[in-house]
Amino acid sequence: MARPTKEERKISIMTTALKLFSKEGFYQTTMPLIALNIGMSVGNLYNYFTSKEFLAKELIMYIANILGEEIRRINESLISTEEKIAAVVHMYFKIAQERPETIEYFLRVYLSNREVFRDGCEGMICVSPFVTEMMILFEEGVRIGDLRDQDFFSAFGLFMGYLGGMVFIHGEKILPKPLESYEASISENIYYALKTR
Amino acid sequence: MKPLSLKISIMPSKPAKLKIIWLQGITCNGNTHSFLNDPSLGVLLDSVEFIYHPLLPCNLTLQQLVSKVPKSDILIFEGAYKGDFERAGSEMEELLIALASKTKHIISMGSCASFGGIFKEADPEHISGILFDKENERGPLKKMREKIITLSGCPVHPKWLSFVLDMIRFGKTIAVDEFRRPTELYAYLVHNGCLRNEYFEWKVDSEAFGTKEGCLFYDQGCQGPYTHGSCNKILWNEISSKTRAGTPCLGCTEPSFPKRELFATKTYMSIPAEMPLGIPKRSYLALAGAAKSFHIKRLEERLLK
Repeated sequence: MARPTKEERKISIMTTALKLFSKEGFYQTTMPLIALNIGMSVGNLYNYFTSKEFLAKELIMYIANILGEEIRRINESLISTEEKIAAVVHMYFKIAQERPETIEYFLRVYLSNREVFRDGCEGMICVSPFVTEMMILFEEGVRIGDLRDQDFFSAFGLFMGYLGGMVFIHGEKILPKPLESYEASISENIYYALKTR
Repeated sequence: MKPLSLKISIMPSKPAKLKIIWLQGITCNGNTHSFLNDPSLGVLLDSVEFIYHPLLPCNLTLQQLVSKVPKSDILIFEGAYKGDFERAGSEMEELLIALASKTKHIISMGSCASFGGIFKEADPEHISGILFDKENERGPLKKMREKIITLSGCPVHPKWLSFVLDMIRFGKTIAVDEFRRPTELYAYLVHNGCLRNEYFEWKVDSEAFGTKEGCLFYDQGCQGPYTHGSCNKILWNEISSKTRAGTPCLGCTEPSFPKRELFATKTYMSIPAEMPLGIPKRSYLALAGAAKSFHIKRLEERLLK
């Protein structure tokens, strides 16, 4: 069996680290713990990531790329703004269920430990692919008259705050019904909140 | 064999004075006034002879111009075109065509002459430029397009005119763009050379007109990144430009001039409706988002405290 390439090894480390960070939190997850879970020496782990902070930044960029690519695909499809909003909600909830560590990391590590990301991930730099696609979703919605013109962050906060909140209380096992059963009503609520009046 | 006798001339021979007719359509005289503010006007006037000019001393009166319709080297047309607009009893659809067909070069002087400009707003159906009607090439001189040089601008910088006159005088070829504007002058954007470019790069907005700090693109409607012109290369009055003085570029050299809401930047959800010329939306938004993430203290302070 061929030995994994350095890039494949790196992704394997990130996948394990993502699960540990999102479960244990940033400070409880140590480099030795990550190395132990992968089955590699701590010294070797540092050959791939020079610090825990550096690994954490790579992870948020990795997640932002995944989300950005998904939303870009939706943005480029020939569907209405209302359908695009529903598609983003569906995609977000699907990832939250199939790869919960992805969204958990975003909510529990990236947003909750801003001090870790202060240097090198200022503002929106490390989540740029995702935020850029959300900008395009909104901008095109307003341009064709589907959405109401307003400050970007008012709309962004409403959209992502809502989804993040739902995923959070789903993770806390508070929701009485499966997450996907809320998709249609949440999509409609977002669209009605943002649509032209 | 008799040796060849070579006569070497160190200085090029002095070209003959250009004979110019400066005709006005519907105009505010802005380009004439700009021309009269050329610091090198005296030198320029030594190399040209005005057969007719509405303000400068010249050989003919307007009435004589209309009755004689003389030949010329250059016809400069200032102002918007309307077929039934009269000068000394002669309608433009006859007078302009007659003078244009008896000249070697035609200069469309200013945005009204070039695309219709401000005056077109009053009667969009009947008023146009002499070659272009906004961006459409359907003006009255379209059959003579090859001898037309477009100098758009509201007004035209006097140096832009003297550049074209010198090029013609010395028999040089003038490279032009799709609107027949000299590329030497219009290949640049007004954005090029703007002293506020660092503020544009880091997305630091100007809070008010007339200040030295901040970019005028985001809130003040500056058209510099879309507008072809060398306003920040060949400075006005040799010292300044709109953006340097703290007012936005109004895009006056483009066929779309005048746009509505001159001092506001149209946005959709805070995102500029138009991207800087030739920049893909995703690239611009990614870069702008990154730049906005930083706070550069030096750029947020007054330059002169």
